[in-house]
Amino acid sequence: MAESVQSVQSAHQGLTRRAEFVREVESSAFGVVQKPLTLAEQVWNHGAVRKGLLLVLMVCAWEAYATISNNPLLFPKFSATIAAFYEGVVSGVLLTRGWASIKVLVQGYALGLALAALLTAFAITTRLGNDLLETLTAMFNPLPAIALLPLALLWFGLGSASLIFVLVHSVLWAVALNTHSGFLSVSPTLRMVGRNYGLSGPCYVIKILIPAAFPPILTGMKIGWAFAWRTLIAAELVFGVSSGSGGLGWFIYENRNQLDIPNVFAGLFSVIIIGLVVENLIFRQIEKITVRRWGMQS
Amino acid sequence: MTQAAAPPIAAPAHARALLEVRGVTLQYKTRQHLVTATYRVDLDVHRADRFVILGPSGCGKSTLLKAVGGYMTPVEGNICLNGAPIQKPGPDRVMVFQEFDQLLPWKTVKQNVMFALTASGRLATREAESRARHYIDKVNLTKFADSYPHTLSGGMKQRVALARGMAMEPQVLLMDEPFAALDALTRRKMQEELLRLWEDTRFTVLFVTHSIPEAVLIGNRILLMSPHPGQVKAELNSDGTDVLGNDGKRMSERIHDMLFADQVEEEDHG
Repeated sequence: MAESVQSVQSAHQGLTRRAEFVREVESSAFGVVQKPLTLAEQVWNHGAVRKGLLLVLMVCAWEAYATISNNPLLFPKFSATIAAFYEGVVSGVLLTRGWASIKVLVQGYALGLALAALLTAFAITTRLGNDLLETLTAMFNPLPAIALLPLALLWFGLGSASLIFVLVHSVLWAVALNTHSGFLSVSPTLRMVGRNYGLSGPCYVIKILIPAAFPPILTGMKIGWAFAWRTLIAAELVFGVSSGSGGLGWFIYENRNQLDIPNVFAGLFSVIIIGLVVENLIFRQIEKITVRRWGMQS
Repeated sequence: MTQAAAPPIAAPAHARALLEVRGVTLQYKTRQHLVTATYRVDLDVHRADRFVILGPSGCGKSTLLKAVGGYMTPVEGNICLNGAPIQKPGPDRVMVFQEFDQLLPWKTVKQNVMFALTASGRLATREAESRARHYIDKVNLTKFADSYPHTLSGGMKQRVALARGMAMEPQVLLMDEPFAALDALTRRKMQEELLRLWEDTRFTVLFVTHSIPEAVLIGNRILLMSPHPGQVKAELNSDGTDVLGNDGKRMSERIHDMLFADQVEEEDHG
């Protein structure tokens, strides 16, 4: 306090005294504060432009290699693949096959999410539930869902029930694990704020905990989706068709058996496109209007 | 257990205090220890008080504020608001925290204030909106009403928290070192703003801090606590100007000496 002021003054005694001054700050005499980049720089700064260029290069390489090797049975041209893809879309084969896959996928995914919600609810309300979740996720998370397919076939027979079973397995653990850790990481301050408003029970969970834990929940859903999509295609390759309408995996397998290789490529193409659309359009869009807008991206 | 200890400085008998803390001992558990945070603390907060609890870290002042907030139950003694014992958190005692993450990041400034009002059942959406606007104007954040919290600076976030607290029009506003995480200039501005707002509406505030100048500036009544465990050491009146006492010392010096004396004692013990 006062003593410290005195000590500061005494410390200043040995110094030379300089004049004080106050200046007017100029505000308009600078040359350029900011100017736009050139058009080329702006274009090159778009990731899409750079990636698009890479894609074009790869397509050229593909086409060139296929033309040189001239072995359409093993490696069809890009143009042949595109033609097969176009034909598949126009004739509706690819669309119905894709739709068959997606239908099963959505069922499995929804069921997986519902079970994950139940399991996490149990885990955050009781200690035993918490232990159960930790044990189950530790056990099943490293187990690839596709490894359960033989068992599933034995239990549920050939049909979508078996597929849904492995899909649930692929979604459930990833989502439950992320949701649970998301709930645990909600800051104590936010919890106290919620309780300060008198919120409790389901209201508290819905209005405070879920939004606060949304970034990890969304991450869990993305991982779950990625697992499910890969698992589904793999499972369809193994047994594929039931009641006459197989999915994309079966489409690929079938065409390979008939040595219709451009169609195999077209099938792979569809798998990639559907995966991209869901990951980059749907999930990206959800992220944009939620966690990114809220500045909560993890 | 009721503790019939007389408060250190008797309140006028006719006017019952808004908030009464009587002989409150608070304990909490860490992984290894059972910690006694405060020991038989008494205090009275009257309506329109700017009551400051001042003490070094570890004196249990924040824990005491949490107990008033209803987040902890005393192991001994009781806390009453308007004569009714406090049992759980509620919107009649709104907390303003030190942490910047006290705003809900998924809601805009206005929605944050409105949500407090609607979630606690104080007001319907329509009235909540006009009241939220009113208090956001008061803390000079009109332009930022539709911004999300992550786009605001620390000082602005604390102003939103303050607006939210005031909009709830609680019996008592609990402030837990709300300006401690701000830079010195912003802190100064916020302190002045708090006083200006208090002049406006004369709300009751219970303010916890470890800064002596802040306590002297903000409080009209300052409770000094000594640490390990927190006990009441003194209760002083302040008019905000750091008055010169009869002993020739400024208020802040007196407080400093009292807190400093504690530390010397502690070092002697150690």
